[in-house]
Amino acid sequence: MAKGRVLLRGVVKSFGATDVIKGVDLEIAPGELTVFVGPSGCGKSTLLRLVSGLELPTGGSIMIGDRDVTLVHPSERGIAMVFQSYALYPHMSVAENMGFGLKIAGLPKALIKEKVAKAAETLQLTPLLDRKPRALSGGQRQRVAIGRCIVREPDVFLFDEPLSNLDAALRGQMRVEIARLHAKLGATMIYVTHDQVEAMTLATRIVVLNAGRIEQIGAPIELYCHPANLFVAGFIGSPRMNFMDGIVEGAEADSVNVRLNGATLRLPRYDADVKRGNKVTVGIRPEHFRVGPTAEAAEEPAVEFDAVIDLVERLGGETLAHLRMPSLSDGVLVVKISGDVALRIGTGLRVGVRLAQCHLFDADGRAVGAPASRVAPVAA
Amino acid sequence: MSLITRPRPDIAWIGRVNALLRYGVLIGVGLVMLYPLFWMVAASFKPNHEIFGSVGLWPQEPTMDGVVKGWRTGTEYSFATYLLNSFAFIIPKVVLTVVSSVLVAYGFARFRMPGKQLWFALMVATILLPKSVLLIPQYLMFREFGWLDTYLPLYVPCAFATDGFFVFMVVQFLRGIPPDMEEAAVIDGCNSLQVLWHVVVPVIMPAIISVALFQFMWSLNDFLYPLIYLSSVGKYPVALALKMAIDVTEATAWNQVLAMSTIALLPSLIVFFLAQKYFVEGITSGSVKG
Repeated sequence: MAKGRVLLRGVVKSFGATDVIKGVDLEIAPGELTVFVGPSGCGKSTLLRLVSGLELPTGGSIMIGDRDVTLVHPSERGIAMVFQSYALYPHMSVAENMGFGLKIAGLPKALIKEKVAKAAETLQLTPLLDRKPRALSGGQRQRVAIGRCIVREPDVFLFDEPLSNLDAALRGQMRVEIARLHAKLGATMIYVTHDQVEAMTLATRIVVLNAGRIEQIGAPIELYCHPANLFVAGFIGSPRMNFMDGIVEGAEADSVNVRLNGATLRLPRYDADVKRGNKVTVGIRPEHFRVGPTAEAAEEPAVEFDAVIDLVERLGGETLAHLRMPSLSDGVLVVKISGDVALRIGTGLRVGVRLAQCHLFDADGRAVGAPASRVAPVAA
Repeated sequence: MSLITRPRPDIAWIGRVNALLRYGVLIGVGLVMLYPLFWMVAASFKPNHEIFGSVGLWPQEPTMDGVVKGWRTGTEYSFATYLLNSFAFIIPKVVLTVVSSVLVAYGFARFRMPGKQLWFALMVATILLPKSVLLIPQYLMFREFGWLDTYLPLYVPCAFATDGFFVFMVVQFLRGIPPDMEEAAVIDGCNSLQVLWHVVVPVIMPAIISVALFQFMWSLNDFLYPLIYLSSVGKYPVALALKMAIDVTEATAWNQVLAMSTIALLPSLIVFFLAQKYFVEGITSGSVKG
């Protein structure tokens, strides 16, 4: 029994001559909360609409549970969807909105009322049941939209950027509510967003999409720690990862030597398929930099850079320093320092990073070899 | 300290003069535009010889003669027959227009079909086509059908969304409404017609009311088509009955004609004021964000 499992095989979608989804294979386990992320126009919403049945694929197949639903009407797929614009029916009350699907299905009124009341209680909507959507706040409207899904008791919930229209505070609150709802219902959920915080906090697994293809699938922390390619490395994490161009000087069984900024770094990497002279990109997350020499840095192999402070963004809890490094190709490094640090523009700053925290990508943008932390150390 | 301070007296004075001027001009122009209408209503209560005798509005010898005689008409039928005749084809015409234009507009606005652009352009082109071009072919066609001297030629074409203007109006209105609601209804289990009935129609009600109102008023005022297709006096609508009262050979009883014109105006006025709220919303919200 695979109720709630979603399986996409070779799914392709074209609009005229434009290929929006270029062959997606994906399996979503029952009860998982899978988040599709990617930049605008990457096809994440289209992929969700293909699962919902609002769009039909040009090629490939879609299974929900044990059924092939590729050509099945949306209402018969066992799905329910929350739209970015809430998509509530403006002329119906909250209760009518929530019970509309059941009414169309021909359920008796008493049963509809009971189910709506139950869902309303879960979402604290009971006092609002007689109101029209226009008399509700954004957060309440979104809860009604979620309630409309719950009453249908679907196998799979689909969320299409549900929190994008809410202000920051409400977004945080609703995010927690969705996480709670997922824990409570245990249903499969597919969630589309361009907000990384939503993706990282909600997801069981994240699917990173780019230009109609899946770039990487994995648990949030795995994507953060071990991005499979330059795109994922740049997309996950905010501010984005710093990239610096380097050249391979040589590779050993457990490390790759990279010439970068006038120094040679010995980056721990297993099974790296690189040759001397290959162009590579070294990636360092802003939060992995340390300012000045620290005891930790002294213990582990590290690299240090001298740079000039170009711009400082003080956010209170953290400080973002934009550093200029004349010897670098793109020239700017962003460093995230926790706490409010007084930095003066134009002064020099020495920053260091542990070599184990450096990411390495080949000329095609793929991660090079296996990072040290994923490979059990070989016994000497 | 209050941020809102009282306006200085001289500024308040300028504001008052400004308003006075603005309203003065508006009332003046409004009166000029409405005077003929007032004159028509007033003339209904004047004896025939007084109508062209004075420009004054108020009847010097008020009489109900025009109304009573006008209502009786010079024919074997009373004016009530002509009013009812008008409704006999206007009501089906309005209903058919609304149903067909909404269906066709929904198709144009929401469905993918081959050559949609071309069909839409053709539909818009029919708006630009002068109605008189179609008169003769249409007349020949309806004669073959044996529909002459019936109301069928007046309303049956409306069942096929022949009024491109109304289709265009509803399409524009629908384009301003995001399709998310309809998609939500599809997921809720509606088929296309259920989506139309349960979700689209309530949302575009202002546009539908505008269509109905326009069609009602235009049809009530329509003179040419009833003139062409109807030959029995007993089937004449209001517009033809009024024309009949204007005798070209003898002296026309203008007070009767004007009294009946006033009565003929009432249905449009009543319907307009009843639907005014939605109507105004309908003609503006199609263009502005819905």
